[in-house]
Amino acid sequence: MLTFAPVCGPDAPIARANPVAKLAAVALVTVVALVAGDWLTPLLLLAAMLIVLPFTGIRARPLARRLRWLWLAAGTVVIVNALFAAEQTGRILLTLGPVAIGSGALLDGVAIGLRVCVAATAGVLVFATTDPTDLADALTQQLKAPPRFTIGSLAALRLLPLLGAEWNQITTARRARGLEGGWNPVRRTRLFASTMFALLVGAIRRAGRLAAAMDARGFDTEIPRTHAREQRMRPGDWAVIALAAGAAAAAVAVSVAAGTFTV
Amino acid sequence: MIPVEFRGYAWRHAGRRAQAVTGVDLRVEPGERVLLLGPSGSGKSTLLAALAGLLTEDAGDQDGEVLLDGKSAADQRGRVGILFQDPETQLVMARAGDDVAFGLENQAVPRGEIWPRVHDALRAVGFPYGPDRDTHALSGGEQQRLALAGVLARRPELILLDEPTANLDPEGAQGVRDALRAALAETDATLIVVEHRVADILDLVDRVIALGPGGTPIADGPAARVLADHGDALAAQGVWVPGAPLPHRPGGTPGDTALRGDGLALTYPGAARPALDGVTFELRQGELLAVTGPNGSGKSTLALLAGGLAKPDAGTATVPGERRPLHRLPARRLATRVGSVFQDPEHQFVTATVRDELAFGSKQAGWPKDRIDARVAELLDRLRLAPLAEANPHTLSGGEARRLSVAGALAAAPGVLLLDEPTFGQDRRTWGELVDLTADIRDEGTALLAVTHDRDFAAALGARELALENGRTAGEVPC
Repeated sequence: MLTFAPVCGPDAPIARANPVAKLAAVALVTVVALVAGDWLTPLLLLAAMLIVLPFTGIRARPLARRLRWLWLAAGTVVIVNALFAAEQTGRILLTLGPVAIGSGALLDGVAIGLRVCVAATAGVLVFATTDPTDLADALTQQLKAPPRFTIGSLAALRLLPLLGAEWNQITTARRARGLEGGWNPVRRTRLFASTMFALLVGAIRRAGRLAAAMDARGFDTEIPRTHAREQRMRPGDWAVIALAAGAAAAAVAVSVAAGTFTV
Repeated sequence: MIPVEFRGYAWRHAGRRAQAVTGVDLRVEPGERVLLLGPSGSGKSTLLAALAGLLTEDAGDQDGEVLLDGKSAADQRGRVGILFQDPETQLVMARAGDDVAFGLENQAVPRGEIWPRVHDALRAVGFPYGPDRDTHALSGGEQQRLALAGVLARRPELILLDEPTANLDPEGAQGVRDALRAALAETDATLIVVEHRVADILDLVDRVIALGPGGTPIADGPAARVLADHGDALAAQGVWVPGAPLPHRPGGTPGDTALRGDGLALTYPGAARPALDGVTFELRQGELLAVTGPNGSGKSTLALLAGGLAKPDAGTATVPGERRPLHRLPARRLATRVGSVFQDPEHQFVTATVRDELAFGSKQAGWPKDRIDARVAELLDRLRLAPLAEANPHTLSGGEARRLSVAGALAAAPGVLLLDEPTFGQDRRTWGELVDLTADIRDEGTALLAVTHDRDFAAALGARELALENGRTAGEVPC
């Protein structure tokens, strides 16, 4: 529960890049992909990401496994947008009874699907390769996010896997008491709700104890914290941002030159 | 090292009617090592929380003063370190070194000084891994040692320990005590520790303060003298006084077979080796079988399979009179055959009153109303729960909740009762009650199986022992 196979080792180049630099690069690429209305710009951006991939240290197989649902969703977006376009423009490519798909509508659908692909792939590339601790450190130190939020979220994240184990314990303990959902959907739903309630009560108690332990170690004192792990922009991180900006500009330039670019 | 003083201190938690402590006057000199004893509910943990500066104005009503070095404890938090019971809710970060560093960051220690202090603290507690170790991959004892390192790294002048080993198995507890011993030898900090297993901690302290109800000291002085003068009274209150006699309740001759486990095996998904690897055993009426073994030997898995609560990969658990193996019985029928009591009693409570809790199993099994009522009355009486019949199960004390979880498992009159670590973390009084309760249930003919680390418990009841090791039977002997 809540664990994925890592897409890269801790020493892969992309894992060592600064999280804020990675966020900025993704923001650039995604914004350009979403603003461009044509199909060529996002296609070029997607190609650029695939070209960069071998140099990031990401393992292809686990990445593909994590992306497959997103790409499936993008495929659905293409079909839905092509089928239900306001008006089937261009040459009619396919007719199935009352359903017709024109080449214009299909291209529009593909354009939207590609934008979804770019945004999703870029997001996975960043969040799957960023250690939560590094992200919290970078947000606190570089973007001045409040530590109560960043470190608090980290502490909560650490407790998440315990919930899975606790759910099993509660369910087992209830079977021992003669309480079990069985095949009856109403009873199953009620049991699910009451188990969830027991789980939440336990989680809140645990959170209270954790908060007390954190405050006992000075988390709520007014003195500004220091940082044990430094997060800052290094030349390589600026290069990551420059690369993303360059790729975005090139994609736009090519599609303008090809005459397909629209907003 | 700093002096500690309570002056006419009283505290009432917000939303509670009763005072947690009242009129506490107490002074601890700089560098003293103090053991705080007292029955549950005497406010020991409240006093520690007050010293740690955790009882703030919005958390309740305060009278009098708590002074550290002559100043209000609430403003001296940076000079105090506290270690709690539960290791899981004291760790903040995903990596061990980062967790120790967390307390130093809060103290605004410059980065260059943080890491040497982290490494020193990890070494002081004998932490067996590097600073990059995943804190989830640690055992309870290792996590607690890491939490101790987090306390020590801040170089506190007052160290508070709130039952630091109560949630650990004997092996883990021993590791934490060794770490404490080594670490305390290197500091001159004042120490106040709450612990009811006195023998384990006695060599670390030079003064014992015994609290009565409400936090009033009833005995105070060198450890040996307090235990000699007040040992009996303290034992009666639940303190594990060294050398106090233990009860002895051996059983009679066991009857017919009540439960059979045949070649039980289970491998958890993703695990490298089986948790249980073909264990066969027999449990007879009127006997107690103690399942023992180190952590990871398969004890708890055996209890789950014997209780019909998990599906074995191979083998069966059966009771006479049921053709189907236990794991295939519907829950409501299972509860009439085998009762299971878990370590955490609260997971098992499913109703809003003690009375409903006791009627639950038999109602599920479809008993007629008069038979249910008779059974509830009998259980209320026998487990001394009658005065609590209308109370909410979640408001009971530790000992009461434990009794209720046993009573709840017996509600539908199963012939077999399985107990997972029944005495874990209990004070001496509750422990004695559990020995008597277990003996009574056994002597009425119920077959009992207890997964336990507690040698005293098994010995007091003259249990037969089934020792496990790496998921296999290592030996079967009478205790």
